[in-house]
Amino acid sequence: MSETQENITNQEKIINVTDFTAAYGETIVIDNITFDVYKGEKFIILGGSGCGKSTLLKHMIGLYRPAKGRILIEGQNIGAAYGQGRIEILKSIGVSYQSGALFGSMTVIENVMLPLKEYTDLSKETMDLVARMKLNLVGLSGSEDKMPAELSGGMIKRAALARAMALDPDILFLDEPSAGLDPITSAELDQLINQLSKSLGVTFVIVTHELNSIYNIADRVIMLDKSTKGIIAEGRPEYLRDNSTIPIVQKFFLRKTDDQLGDGGERSKAMPGRE
Amino acid sequence: MTNHTATSTASVQSATEDNNTLRVKINGRLDAYTTGGAWNESVNALSKTKPANLIVDAGGVEYCDASGIALFIKLQLQQEKQGGGFKVEGLSPELEKLYDLFDPEQFAEHDDEKAPKDDTIVAIGKESFNFWQELRVHIEFTGKLTVGLVKAFLHPWKIRWQEVFMTSEKFGANSLFIIALVNFLVGLVIAFQSAIPMQTYGAEIFVADLVVIAYFKELGPLMTAFVVNGRSGSAFAAELGTMKVNEELDALETMGLDPVPFLVIPKVIAALFMLPLLTVFGNLFGLLGALVVMFSLGFTFETFLNQITTAATYGLLLSGLFKTLFFALIIAGVGCLAGMRATKGPSAVGDAATKAVVIGIVLMILVDGIFGVIYYILGI
Repeated sequence: MSETQENITNQEKIINVTDFTAAYGETIVIDNITFDVYKGEKFIILGGSGCGKSTLLKHMIGLYRPAKGRILIEGQNIGAAYGQGRIEILKSIGVSYQSGALFGSMTVIENVMLPLKEYTDLSKETMDLVARMKLNLVGLSGSEDKMPAELSGGMIKRAALARAMALDPDILFLDEPSAGLDPITSAELDQLINQLSKSLGVTFVIVTHELNSIYNIADRVIMLDKSTKGIIAEGRPEYLRDNSTIPIVQKFFLRKTDDQLGDGGERSKAMPGRE
Repeated sequence: MTNHTATSTASVQSATEDNNTLRVKINGRLDAYTTGGAWNESVNALSKTKPANLIVDAGGVEYCDASGIALFIKLQLQQEKQGGGFKVEGLSPELEKLYDLFDPEQFAEHDDEKAPKDDTIVAIGKESFNFWQELRVHIEFTGKLTVGLVKAFLHPWKIRWQEVFMTSEKFGANSLFIIALVNFLVGLVIAFQSAIPMQTYGAEIFVADLVVIAYFKELGPLMTAFVVNGRSGSAFAAELGTMKVNEELDALETMGLDPVPFLVIPKVIAALFMLPLLTVFGNLFGLLGALVVMFSLGFTFETFLNQITTAATYGLLLSGLFKTLFFALIIAGVGCLAGMRATKGPSAVGDAATKAVVIGIVLMILVDGIFGVIYYILGI
């Protein structure tokens, strides 16, 4: 257990993942992992390509059901919830997808208003105002009536974030928020996430492998590993970068290959342990 | 023994030095365009002689890229498979570096790597499991669709009417021309083809009866449904398939919104309203096609009208229109399901659209057959 984790264990847990295993058919992708996310933190799931980051996220947002174990969102087991119980859990979370996933047949403001229309009794004017406020929060004032196809990559991510925040959820899940964005737009998005976290107190769970974003945003990270199908490291990114002795973690945070680490690749094959 | 074959810019000389050693000397360029000829020649020489040792003399190679290295690896692997020794000689230092990049062992085909073939019982088991999984998905979807429709009719204010009207415009109004054209031509052809034998018996006046009965009961509903299926069923599949690929369906689910009532039900309702109307329109144009033939046979409009009003009944018209409700369900349901089940990849949406059209047509013919039997039993 890292120093960082010891410091925050007295905080309130908002997500609790216990003995969780994810599988596609007979192929196990993630094997028996356990971790917690604490209220108000910016928690990042990272790892190399194909290690199961997005799979974990999709289980956490209830798209897939765990092969084993449980995922509690604010104490409710999302993997075992059905009907109204599941909807209540889903109302407490917001999700921004890698592609943005805005509905192409609706304008930006209609996209943001959709969850409000479905779940609230607000009048049309109120919904319109709330949606405009959310779009203003992400810096998209003036783009309300545009269609998603008219937006740039960065604007799509912002609009998706505004839609995810429509019902003021307690937890926001972001899948690869900076993927495909230029460094400036990416840094602006990081800044926006930090601002929202500070001003709204929302818990962020973010899947990414963009190192700059990780250092800019993360309070705490877990790193998944493809070979062990488990969590290989957990803690603050700076702490892991400076102190981890696990080759794959070093390689990730220092952006180095086996040869550059000077071990000819043998170290990466060593039995990895959890930091 | 010495063989020599020249390709355009690469040549191979193979010679047995003693009873146990084959020396293959390669000269010229070994690139993607020239290696093919050298490949066949050297591999054939190796297969024929099966030497204990193979020496590839690359001293005359002027240029070599990955294709040339692939030839060396192929020769090495084949020789090792035959249990012989292998050596490359004369590689320049630059080519040596390129050669060292690839470990031949990584390209060897190991027999134990091949997936063992399932025995028949396992294969049958797997196929049965897949079949039941497929069936389960369809039953689940049909159940959701039924519940969604019942809920929609019990709470009509909850239906997304804007979406229904927009779909109705695309599904109905925008397909009027093609439906008119197809039905007009089919009516014309049927009338013309039946007029030829009927003329023999002086019964050509009954062409009008034949067309109206065939059209009201079978051709009108079927032809219209086929056209709409090709046009709108595939469009539904493409629309939902694109949404699936763009994660929009996932986004709906994580908002707690079921895609079936949200996306599918408005399309089904639009189809249920529009297909019977389109069929009436199609029937009309089918009869117009027949009218043209009747005119050409010398009959007047009044005669044609008298014949069709005598032959056609409301029961006949309604029996055809009733079927269209089921066709509408099939077109919208199958189209949407195919789209929602689209996989990832560049051909996903196209595959979904194709599946929607093919399954839709097969199911509609099947349902039409069932109705044919039921109507026969009921005497309609």
